[in-house]
Amino acid sequence: MSNFWSVFITVLALANIVGCFLLIRWTAKPRPGEASADETTGHVWDGDLMEYNKPMPRWWLWLFYLTIIFALGYLVLYPGLGKFQGLLGWSQYDAYEEQVAEVEQRVAPLFAEYAATPIPALAENSDAMDTGRRLFANNCAVCHGSDARGATGYPNLTDNDWLYGGAPETITQTILNGRSGMMPGWKPVLGEDGVKEVAAYVYQLNGRTSPNPELVEAGKERFAATCVGCHGMDGTGNQAIGAPNLTDDVWLHGGSIEQIRDIVANGRTNQMPAHADLLGEDRVHVLAAYVYSLSHPDGAASAPSDSE
Amino acid sequence: MDATPRYNEKVVRQFALVTVFWGIIGMAVGVLIAAQLLFPSLNFDIPWLTYSRLRPLHTNAVIFAFGGSGLFATSYYVVQRTCHAGLFGDRFKLAAFTFWGWQAAIVGAVISLPLGLTQGKEYAELIWPIDILIAVVWVVYAIVFFGTIVKRKTKHIYVANWFFGGYVLAVALLHIVNSIQIPTSWTHSYPVYSGAVDAMVQWWYGHNAVGFFLTAGFLGMMYYFVPKQAGRPIYSYRLSVVHFWALISVYMWAGPHHLHYTSLPEWAQSLGMAFSLILLAPSWGGMINGILTLSGAWHKLRDDPIIRFLIVSLSFYGMATFEGPMMSIKTVNALSHYTDWTIGHVHAGALGWVAFITIGSLYALIPRLYGKTQMYSVKAISLHFWVATIGVVLYIAAMWISGVMQGLMWGASNPDGTLTYSFIQALQATYPYYAVRLLGGLLFLAGMVIMAWNTWRTISGPHSVAQTAPATA
Repeated sequence: MSNFWSVFITVLALANIVGCFLLIRWTAKPRPGEASADETTGHVWDGDLMEYNKPMPRWWLWLFYLTIIFALGYLVLYPGLGKFQGLLGWSQYDAYEEQVAEVEQRVAPLFAEYAATPIPALAENSDAMDTGRRLFANNCAVCHGSDARGATGYPNLTDNDWLYGGAPETITQTILNGRSGMMPGWKPVLGEDGVKEVAAYVYQLNGRTSPNPELVEAGKERFAATCVGCHGMDGTGNQAIGAPNLTDDVWLHGGSIEQIRDIVANGRTNQMPAHADLLGEDRVHVLAAYVYSLSHPDGAASAPSDSE
Repeated sequence: MDATPRYNEKVVRQFALVTVFWGIIGMAVGVLIAAQLLFPSLNFDIPWLTYSRLRPLHTNAVIFAFGGSGLFATSYYVVQRTCHAGLFGDRFKLAAFTFWGWQAAIVGAVISLPLGLTQGKEYAELIWPIDILIAVVWVVYAIVFFGTIVKRKTKHIYVANWFFGGYVLAVALLHIVNSIQIPTSWTHSYPVYSGAVDAMVQWWYGHNAVGFFLTAGFLGMMYYFVPKQAGRPIYSYRLSVVHFWALISVYMWAGPHHLHYTSLPEWAQSLGMAFSLILLAPSWGGMINGILTLSGAWHKLRDDPIIRFLIVSLSFYGMATFEGPMMSIKTVNALSHYTDWTIGHVHAGALGWVAFITIGSLYALIPRLYGKTQMYSVKAISLHFWVATIGVVLYIAAMWISGVMQGLMWGASNPDGTLTYSFIQALQATYPYYAVRLLGGLLFLAGMVIMAWNTWRTISGPHSVAQTAPATA
């Protein structure tokens, strides 16, 4: 803020506050020639509209004075009058950072202890898992659901089926750095008939009967030429690049024949955001243990429920 | 001063009737979106019926269609009666233009908002062609109003007209400055302001829409209909002068309290809070003057349901204008902001104050406009009063409780530094209060339907007394 605007705002604000003060000082007592308290001002409108000129209630005047005094006091102590920062030197940014630092300092020993505990062991620490559940509810549940069972496009975290792997350190990596899943659209390469053939083949990989059995053979050939690079010869996928297993009952983006055709034709891009900057490594460690515990229910931790 | 001025009562009648009509429409939309919060499927998967599009329709319909038409009706009526002069510019049909222009703008809102056409500024959502229409109508309104003041036959300007005048001038300024946009098509535009400046201009507008549209304008209504209905002189001329000037000078500063703890510079936030607190006494000045006008005639509260509407409206006004400064304190705001408490606060003002003073004034006004001594059914007014009062109380209490609960749940944390509740848990806890709010809204809407019936019976009945010439001083 330039000096001009600083002075401008300060003068204007103080002038208005002082103006209010002078206004009530000036009018608080009746002046000679005015109507007294029991008389009307003598003006009449619309037949019968008149005005008394009674004094303003004292308690109301005091309320007015008090708010003026409070406002002036506040503007002396806190930033308000242009560049003047106030005698307290208070700022919302400092206040926020102080509060965060205070909490960080308080919880640091706890999270340091958790960080030193390997994930499978931490997953059986019920206090740590309570913390993990709350972190999950406030950071992950928006996509993966309160019960962590996911939704179309958002993986189920309770079923021990993993796109990128379910080892403790892999889960940690996924949360820390995020993942970008990309399946290209194959319609330009395969053509519409090719898409139908591949879909017919993929549909029956997990043991279902394909709705277009006559296309399965052709689909198999096309699959071998186009899809195996990522999904593998047998269609079981590749966790190193997050290519899904096509032979099980888990269909992240839907498993109907129409949905499979659409995915083959147009591809899918899916993003798990990185949380390292947001949560820090220690919290992610607890969160990873919690996610790990969801598919390892033998431990002390159990899946969260809505009622809690 | 024997010659009876030719009052334009046609435009007052028109505005009075559409006030009741738009009240029902606006509140019905409000009831629908309140129900959608409980049962989201009530949008029937139709884009035009989604909450995001109907919510601005609700606010625009209630504030500008219902409240605005009520202000047009009463300001045109009051300025003529208290100036002892007909409306300025009737030869050129200026007042008629404001009626049809205002209705056209409202119909434009009713069409454009459900289509999803919006400027994205709260309470200023309407797209730029409608904004221009509103600006033109408003300037003509100002010409009619101040032209009438200029040609008045009375020496002094009656206090109600100061407030109406302040509201007309300030709303023109607010609307025009906040709506300056660069069009990119007939339905889309970009604001000329950006970032925190845009936010500040928007809430300078938004808060003063409350201050000048919903406060000063309706205080004008109050300063005519309360003394008129009570048959008593206004309590204190001195008080009305002081609180008028304090109110209009201080309100202009208070907008930043809508942007506490944001990227708005801290000096602006602090000034917004300090001036919001100073605003308490000037706001209460109007309440005190209105309520004390009745002192010595309290028995009328028992007999006259119109007086009940007027006095209860002043009570809600006093509550809301106490609550507002409290909520502007940063510490309180940290709890209340973004919660249902704000919704409760707004409705204490919008239903308890704005709607009640409008309803009371219309019950006094409509019979006079149609040559009757009173409304068709005084019992129906009484019924409306109780239904509406219970509705407001249920609504506000539900939103207060849920708002404070939300604020506490969102802020609750554990010793490990994690938040105690997820957002969805706070939402679940809010559901019962959404149900109570819906019930309150339904009751209030039912009251408006009673009013529509009573109005229809009043104006369609036989004329009991001839249109009497106004008494002149």
